[in-house]
Amino acid sequence: MSTAEKIWPKGWPPEIRETPSRFKRAIGKYWVRRSSLCNDCGICVDLCPYGVHRKIGTKMLLPRDYRCIGFVCQETDHYCINKCPEKALTLIRNPMCDAMGDKRWTADLLISTWYQAETGEVPPGDLEYKVGDSGGGFDKLRFKFELEGERPKEIPDKKEISTSILLNRRNDKRPKVAISVPFYGGGMSFGSVSLTTMLARAKAAMAWNTFTCTGEGGYPEALVPYADYIITQVATGLFGVREETIQRARVVEFKYAQGAKPGLGGHLLGDKVTQAVAKMREAVAGSALFSPFPFHSVYSVEDHKKHVDWIKEVNPHALVAVKVSTPTDVDMVAVGSYYAGAHIIHLDGSYGGTGAAPNIAKKNIAMPIEYAIPKVHRFLIDEGIRDEMVIMASGGIRTAYDIAKAIALGADGAVIGTSELVALECIRCGNCESGRGCPRGIATTDPELTKLMELNWGAQRIINLFNAWHSQLVDILRRLGIQSIKDLVGRTDCLVHLDYM
Amino acid sequence: MPKKYHIDTRPTPPRFTPIGKSGVMDWRTGCLRCKRCAKTTCVYGVYNLRTFNSRQLADSIDYYCKNCFRCVQSCPVGLITKTINPEYLEMGDTYWTPDIISSTWYQAETGKIPVSGAGYGGPFVGDGFDDMWTDMSEIVRPTRDGIHGREYINTSIDLGRKLPYLSFNAEGKLISEPPSLVEIPLPIIFGELPMGNLNETIYLAIAQAAYRLGTFLVVTPEEFLRPYAQNIIPLLSQEVLNRNLEWVHEAKIIALPHSETIKQSIERIKTARSEAPVLVKLPLTPKAKELVTQLTMEGVDIVHVYADTHGRELESTSPRFIKEMVMEIHLHLVEKHMRDQVTLVASGGIAMAEHVAKIIICGADGVVIDLPLLVALECRLCKDCLQGESCPVEIQDIEPDWGAQRIINLMSAWHGQLLEVLGAMGLREIRRLRGEMGRAMFYQDLEREIFGAIFGEKRGDN
Repeated sequence: MSTAEKIWPKGWPPEIRETPSRFKRAIGKYWVRRSSLCNDCGICVDLCPYGVHRKIGTKMLLPRDYRCIGFVCQETDHYCINKCPEKALTLIRNPMCDAMGDKRWTADLLISTWYQAETGEVPPGDLEYKVGDSGGGFDKLRFKFELEGERPKEIPDKKEISTSILLNRRNDKRPKVAISVPFYGGGMSFGSVSLTTMLARAKAAMAWNTFTCTGEGGYPEALVPYADYIITQVATGLFGVREETIQRARVVEFKYAQGAKPGLGGHLLGDKVTQAVAKMREAVAGSALFSPFPFHSVYSVEDHKKHVDWIKEVNPHALVAVKVSTPTDVDMVAVGSYYAGAHIIHLDGSYGGTGAAPNIAKKNIAMPIEYAIPKVHRFLIDEGIRDEMVIMASGGIRTAYDIAKAIALGADGAVIGTSELVALECIRCGNCESGRGCPRGIATTDPELTKLMELNWGAQRIINLFNAWHSQLVDILRRLGIQSIKDLVGRTDCLVHLDYM
Repeated sequence: MPKKYHIDTRPTPPRFTPIGKSGVMDWRTGCLRCKRCAKTTCVYGVYNLRTFNSRQLADSIDYYCKNCFRCVQSCPVGLITKTINPEYLEMGDTYWTPDIISSTWYQAETGKIPVSGAGYGGPFVGDGFDDMWTDMSEIVRPTRDGIHGREYINTSIDLGRKLPYLSFNAEGKLISEPPSLVEIPLPIIFGELPMGNLNETIYLAIAQAAYRLGTFLVVTPEEFLRPYAQNIIPLLSQEVLNRNLEWVHEAKIIALPHSETIKQSIERIKTARSEAPVLVKLPLTPKAKELVTQLTMEGVDIVHVYADTHGRELESTSPRFIKEMVMEIHLHLVEKHMRDQVTLVASGGIAMAEHVAKIIICGADGVVIDLPLLVALECRLCKDCLQGESCPVEIQDIEPDWGAQRIINLMSAWHGQLLEVLGAMGLREIRRLRGEMGRAMFYQDLEREIFGAIFGEKRGDN
């Protein structure tokens, strides 16, 4: 078997198909307006390499301006605004960008993620696709090569660059599960998101040989065909946890806490507990479900070990991941998880999360992931156990660059969530919990709203996004002269922080 | 177990359409007259609820719209666009931001904790209270599930003086006389409003809320507040004290503004009524630390330190923030072994529930709030009243019952949020939160310990 075949058992690369917005009007950074002066000459159609202008028969269609690269196009010889003989075209920045996004997910990041999900490629033009505008953490970190300009290094022996990571670094005879990209999907439960969303994530995980996670709402039957790519979660509510769901999983995740609501329980509103959700969770439809905090059977590392042993007993082949949030002593928690026998410590920082949570918790409780990663990484090194543990980081990881930075800070890989939802055209309006749920049919189980999204469309969008990310990760490694993403772990020397220069 | 504290909330809609964040614009020219218009598919029915108020020239769509962009994206010819409502951005100021005002309105209307999906969208770090995070517990420390009612988390604090130690005589009989303490079920007291077209009705609403919540209103007393005397902390000037002692006999706690002659004023009160705790209201100036220490030594029961409405130090050329000042005062009292002898409450810039938790972590026992009460009554912080102009929400015309309920709703939402913070930290008593700086994480510390170790010296640090 060649290296490529080993990394990509399901074929390489996954097929990329253009998958445009499911809405009539996609949102882009620029508006191109065509006035009545247009005489349908079609010069712009031939000119634009981005497919902004299209013609059917003799008639020009409305410009597909979300594809426009904007004012940087002036530098080229295909700038339609100047080349239009009738001066019928105008270009402006889309004023709606001001009403979209926030400091962490800027309008640019939303639009660039949509672009990657549509095309599978890195966005052209001046769309920012690497960082947000939060003023700290990842948004202030840069790879040195980003500041030094374009100087890709040659990989000495021309071998393929590997983005694969191992999820079991303990010598415990359990399977050496590897994933082909250094990230997997975080837990989103059935109930908080639709079955279509779950399946789309699962199909994309399969295509890229990685994982997605069921969350704590049970294991829907429809996911069973993708079982090899699904992590099942055991959380405090134990909703839908059965022996067979544990036995089916290659990785079982204990969720002790989650970054969006560290130290708080979960709460699924009664409206979202439909018949199907209730059945899955073995509960009563229409009544709110509380997932308590914490595990009332775990108040020490010894208790924690008992939990891990229980999973290992039920499934002798499973790896155990432990998902924790980021308190002051997150390093101690990580060491505790090592001694309890976990394979993966999953640190979920405070700024991320997809599900509804109290605003006070999202903003104020627990530390951002950018601090937690180096803290845990260094502590595990000092304890002499870093080589046996896998650190997965999440909570505000939005882009391929965030993933690479998290790894350079000391994680083995990243867990993602919001980005996948943005690929499905989430606009981060944050109304997941209100009314019938997500107006875009992603985070809802409302039968009518769920129909807004088609499975294959969703799966392809995520596959495309992962493709764009993969190529960026490969590019980053190439620029650093590193052949495997495994060798990027803890390489803080590749990074600079803009406040420390 | 103490009797469970419960706050009765009731949906209390605003009298005026609140200013919403969203700006939706729709144009008519070019409309295709589709059979199924993007507007009819609005998940929230915004286009059906929409009204136009001709008196205020305000369209309610800006308030109802939830910014999901579905109509924008579904209209085949793109006739609907969105912006941020410029009127929204103009609300408040740099400290009392539009988002704080709007969130306060939501809490005053519903009594609910603000909840949203999709993670936190704000800046990584900010000024004032925004450069610290609170701790949580997992695996090795238990948390407390307070919010869903499974465990009781107590948010009561004591107002008054505590003895540093108890003395017993040779027979083992207690000879110390513990001073009287007044317990309030929330670490929050209401204070005088710094602006607004204020009248009796507004203070009656606040006093009623204080009464129904079991807390107090610190205010210059007036006759109309007499029915709520048990929940008023009368702020008595030297001049009033000299005139009559009626309020001194009636109130549970008596407040005095700090002055040169504070000692005499205190003596006068203690002579008239020895058991009532005395609160001294003291500006947070560069001298505050020394003055608090001095007052504590002189036997003052409660010190209320106040900064300006943005939480800034007073009478200073380079004002510090209230949180740093309270931290300094607290640590100084700890060092002098007299922290427990005095109750420290703080005001100025307390705008959100999280600020209550954070100032307590920094060493206060509780807070006094003012502007949030006004915002609960629909105030937009336009400050027109300070120019003598009329109030756009006619705040002078509220019904006291309506106003009281809005304030009660807000306090219920804040109470719930305090439970979230305490529960995550594993605390069952807000008294134990006081000064727990080790259970908080400060931006500067994390930067130094973690990024400093990697990247060296921070720019601007010396």
